Amino acid sequence: MAEMWVNMGPQHPMTHGLWNLRVKVDGETIVDAEPEVGYLHRGIEKLCENRTYPQIIPIADRLCYGSSMTWSHLYCMTVEDLTGLEVPERAEYIRVVAIEMQRIASHLMWLAAYAGDLGLSVGFTYTMRDREVFVDLFQALTGGRLTYNFPRIGGVAHDLPPDFDRDAIRAVDYMEKRLREYEDLFDRSKIFMMRNEGIGILRKEDAMNLGVTGPSLRASGVSYDIRKDAPYSVYPEMDFEVATHKDCDCYARYKVRMVEMWQSCRIIRQAIAEMPKGKWRVVAPRTAPEGTGLGRVEDPRGEGMMYVVGDGTDRPYRLKVRSPIFVTVSAAPKILVGYKLADVVAIMGGLDMCIGETDR
Amino acid sequence: MNLYEFSYGIIHWLVDLVNHLWYWLGDWLPWALGDFFTAVGDFAASDGHLSVMTMLLETLIIVIVALINVLNFLWIFRKLSGRILDFYGPYYVGYRIGGWLQNLADGMKLFVKEIIVPAKADKVGFLLAPIIYVGSSLLILATIPFSENFGLSTNPSGEYVPAGALFAIAAFAIAPFTILLAGWSSNNKYTLIGGMRSAAQMMSYEIPLLLTVASVFLLAGSFNFVDIVDMQHDIWFAIPLFIGFVVFLVCLMAEVEIIPFDLPEAEAELVEGWTTEYGGMRFGLFYMTTAVRSYAGGALATALFLGGWHGPSFIPDEIWFLIKAYLVFTVFMWVTWSLPRVRIDQMLGIGWKRLLPLAVLNLFIAAVVKSAGWV
Repeated sequence: MAEMWVNMGPQHPMTHGLWNLRVKVDGETIVDAEPEVGYLHRGIEKLCENRTYPQIIPIADRLCYGSSMTWSHLYCMTVEDLTGLEVPERAEYIRVVAIEMQRIASHLMWLAAYAGDLGLSVGFTYTMRDREVFVDLFQALTGGRLTYNFPRIGGVAHDLPPDFDRDAIRAVDYMEKRLREYEDLFDRSKIFMMRNEGIGILRKEDAMNLGVTGPSLRASGVSYDIRKDAPYSVYPEMDFEVATHKDCDCYARYKVRMVEMWQSCRIIRQAIAEMPKGKWRVVAPRTAPEGTGLGRVEDPRGEGMMYVVGDGTDRPYRLKVRSPIFVTVSAAPKILVGYKLADVVAIMGGLDMCIGETDR
Repeated sequence: MNLYEFSYGIIHWLVDLVNHLWYWLGDWLPWALGDFFTAVGDFAASDGHLSVMTMLLETLIIVIVALINVLNFLWIFRKLSGRILDFYGPYYVGYRIGGWLQNLADGMKLFVKEIIVPAKADKVGFLLAPIIYVGSSLLILATIPFSENFGLSTNPSGEYVPAGALFAIAAFAIAPFTILLAGWSSNNKYTLIGGMRSAAQMMSYEIPLLLTVASVFLLAGSFNFVDIVDMQHDIWFAIPLFIGFVVFLVCLMAEVEIIPFDLPEAEAELVEGWTTEYGGMRFGLFYMTTAVRSYAGGALATALFLGGWHGPSFIPDEIWFLIKAYLVFTVFMWVTWSLPRVRIDQMLGIGWKRLLPLAVLNLFIAAVVKSAGWV
């Protein structure tokens, strides 16, 4: 049989960004795969070395267009670790509300792209419509709709706007209603299940060896969530469950994300209810001491990590970003081989690619 | 008055008008040339010439009517997708008629675009494939009558082409070969995979489709659309042959290549599938042809299963036929926008393991119904 390499990318509807997946196909069956990333390299880590600490917050936003809030939050957490700054409790609660809203918005965008990939147009438009609710909330909270520039070193930029509590609870109520509708739309669709069940099996051992994190790892049956295992912010006070699934396939990845959206709704309700009064920001020093800071968060896509080295000036000496998808995409050959060409969109779509953070 | 008489009248009137001038010219010219003019005029007025021209005019009228319907179909396609997918659809171009002119505007835009032939494409195949694809799709429409009076006939009595239904089904089956040709000649991996998928797909759905159509032919005892529709005067074939009707609709969706089965142009994995290298008006023609084929599919389903033009007589026959065809199309669109795409091996599985046994069962039911004399 004749085998050939097919380039899926860099300009391809499947890629959702700018990367290239070379797959070797035998007819329709994949015999080899090779992801190529780096098309969107913007030199963000180097860029940060020439900016003062507060100037880096909007750059950290640009790391991932899907979930910019978690990345600027991660950056602020890392610098707070470096400077040893105590963040007011109200600021932590506002941050948790914001990043959980971001998790829902990011998962909805993933679901939209995933449904679009599978040819389910109605899934695309409905999820994007419901994401709009949270984007509007972000607009009320931060003024931005895609990149927010909201967390600050030592707190957050603003207090909650008037009536934000009410709006957030309403949005969560709406979202929970919609999630039930999605379960009808996706889980009860025979063709959707045909395209997902048993596709892209990633065994538990492989997932752990390849460094896969986030929903993809939890879908392989490993209960690993930074929010539980290395708690940050006020997550220890929140009551939520880590979503896991045993099936290791695309459907498991879909299901884990759906359950995570339910859990995020739960966390937002608790955080809004327990929100303390008080200050939302403390003044941070201009310079950071010599030393290192490390931050880890549970990004919607996996484990995000930042490592910053301060040299006593107002600029970092070095900032290292650990991107979840950069590591996860290396599992592509493992999970693609043996499936059909049409499964590439289901499998790679199920990993929730975000090239902004991958290439940095 | 049927379409043949109408066209014959027009042609006859035109020939008379031209010949009047022509003979008058011939009278004025010297003798040899004058005789020649007279001979040409006599030929133009001869029965054979008139009937050929009449048939051409009939075809032209049918194609124009079909294309106007196709514009409606495209408009419904866009508006209905807006209703289902939660957006407005075309709106501004032709504001007062619900954005109906948007398709014309898009057509104009595509029409002025450059025609690009890839440097390494096989030029003959690349340029020939769209012509055959569009031509064969329009050919389907030629033999489908709207009513007893509106359809292609070859004689004044209005009798339609014998075996018209068989011809329409045969014309329907030409397209996959042109898709394979287009995919191969574009010299691109995506188009090649798309073309190959089309060939594989055709194998799996064509047989159940033909078996269900065969059951209709069995019940009607004829290949002629008029006989088939007349047999459904009392009861639509969709009722005794319900299984066949469902199988037929599923196969038609595969034949028309709309979403659950649009594997040859699966946009997520194959960019645009076999149409990747075609741009400008060729792309526009492909887009239009999808609607032409949906229209032909709806018309076939109407004529074969849904009683054709029969209905309460306060609405004209032709309108009944169109209403039914539009309804079938609406169902297609409804399914299209609410289902994901199946995979190629699953598609083949559906074709061979589900549709084929059901089609055989349907043929058996048709044989029982026919021999018991219930229809």
